[in-house]
Amino acid sequence: MDKTSPLAAFAWRGLITLLYIFLLAPIIIVFVVSFDTRKYLAFPPESWSFGSYIAVLQNEAFISAFWRSLGLGTIVGIGAVAIGTLLSMALTRHKFRGEGAVNFLVIAPFIVPNIVLAVGLVLVLAAFKLLDSYIGIVIAHLGVTIPYTVRTVTMSLMAVDRRVEEAALVHGASPLQVFWRVTLPLIRPGIIAGGVIAFLISFDETTISLFIVSVKTSTLPTEIYRYLEYSTDPQIAALSVVLILISVAVVVVVEKLIGLRKAV
Amino acid sequence: MTAVDKKTSRTLLLVLLVPGLLALGVSFVAPMLWLLRASFSTSALGGGDDWTLDKYSEILADPFYWRVAGNTLNYGVTVAIFAVILSYPIALFLARSTSRYRGILTALAIAPLLTSSVVRTYGWMVILGDRGVINSTLQWLTLTDAPLRLSNNQLGATIAMIEILMPYAILAMLSGFGRLNSQLEEAATMLGANRFKVFTRIILPLSLPGVITAALLVFVLAISGFITPRLMGGGRVFVLGTEVFQEATVTLNWPLAAALAVMLLVLFSSVIVIYRRALRALEA
Repeated sequence: MDKTSPLAAFAWRGLITLLYIFLLAPIIIVFVVSFDTRKYLAFPPESWSFGSYIAVLQNEAFISAFWRSLGLGTIVGIGAVAIGTLLSMALTRHKFRGEGAVNFLVIAPFIVPNIVLAVGLVLVLAAFKLLDSYIGIVIAHLGVTIPYTVRTVTMSLMAVDRRVEEAALVHGASPLQVFWRVTLPLIRPGIIAGGVIAFLISFDETTISLFIVSVKTSTLPTEIYRYLEYSTDPQIAALSVVLILISVAVVVVVEKLIGLRKAV
Repeated sequence: MTAVDKKTSRTLLLVLLVPGLLALGVSFVAPMLWLLRASFSTSALGGGDDWTLDKYSEILADPFYWRVAGNTLNYGVTVAIFAVILSYPIALFLARSTSRYRGILTALAIAPLLTSSVVRTYGWMVILGDRGVINSTLQWLTLTDAPLRLSNNQLGATIAMIEILMPYAILAMLSGFGRLNSQLEEAATMLGANRFKVFTRIILPLSLPGVITAALLVFVLAISGFITPRLMGGGRVFVLGTEVFQEATVTLNWPLAAALAVMLLVLFSSVIVIYRRALRALEA
């Protein structure tokens, strides 16, 4: 904008900066507080240390919940992307009766609020004695992550040139061979992205988990929630910083991986 | 196609479909059906053979739930309005920016989504608490004696929810701002429109669909949330989400939780229907 007066441009930039500060404030503050030495919530820190980080590492409940969430996220990520890829193949490569219904089924979990689904899951899992079980959480998380994996894989599948697949078929490859040798390598970025998104959603999912887990099967987010109900000391801040760094690292690594693949 | 081909392709289709249908059947279809069934049940665990409207009439007869429903609507509308107002400049800035930092600034605007809402709620507890950032600063400046009550109430829960949902609003607006075009703005300027006119006559109308989508998304996410109202509200904020959680996991009154969840879903769907009408009217 060339005709803008310097004052208006300055005011506009100031406004944008303020809004960014508001948006990022809780994350910045959590980072600062994580180095506080006091046991209660206050600001600014009196003195600085890594004490909270050490306390987190020694907190048995957090550590075991972390490994549980990691395992859960991995299983859900792999499961959701495998099932999602099969569904995407059916929806993009085949015509069949009830296609509209399947399409709706894949979108519906996006529309229904997690808290509504959570109540239904409590009832179903309780009926099958799966409440507060590992399998129960996996089932619950699959339902919310499959729609995402179907979406990312479908976008990759749509970009694949069908003639390449047809050429392989004409030359005598079986459908399975075509999928394994031709389609799968072409949609790998979509599959990796879908798996990672499913992992991150599962790793972060709190609403549904809070309804169906107890102390025995608590995940990291539910453990943090329960801790926050009673105490707000800087341990949570230190733990949060670690979690933020983990999700940033996952995203950066994947971006590099897929980015490299695309470049090659 | 030969008969054999047809048969293999049908088998193939089954292999592709069955795992997904099974998984979504157990994790989505069954829960939704059981939820509906339980909301019409008398037994405490949501089973039983009879169908009854008891829970619904219980809810409708109790003024407490009317207040909760009203408060939920109020909460959702307030959060949606402020989240949209605060996100609009950022989205507009990002949509029009030609800066080489645009990618980084966009990532920064969406970055909070990578951080769980529980963690960001905690951040707001530190900022708005009695000994938090704002109150310590005010007291250090000797502007107040006693801390302002910014947390453990509706105000704190609203502020935290606005920030938590802003990245969604920014994303929704960014994808809805596709029709914004700097050439149109230049044309208007050349024809003598001042900046205010360019904004009210060109930018605002063109960005309105994105704004409405963002407002709907934020509203819908706000009315179904319970973690932030519960933690930031300090047990003093009652919305449908907190009540559903309370009945399902503390009181263990599952039919009541189910009925409240169904009512939330109804509220939710009616807003979406209104939204689609509004969007159609806007485009007509």
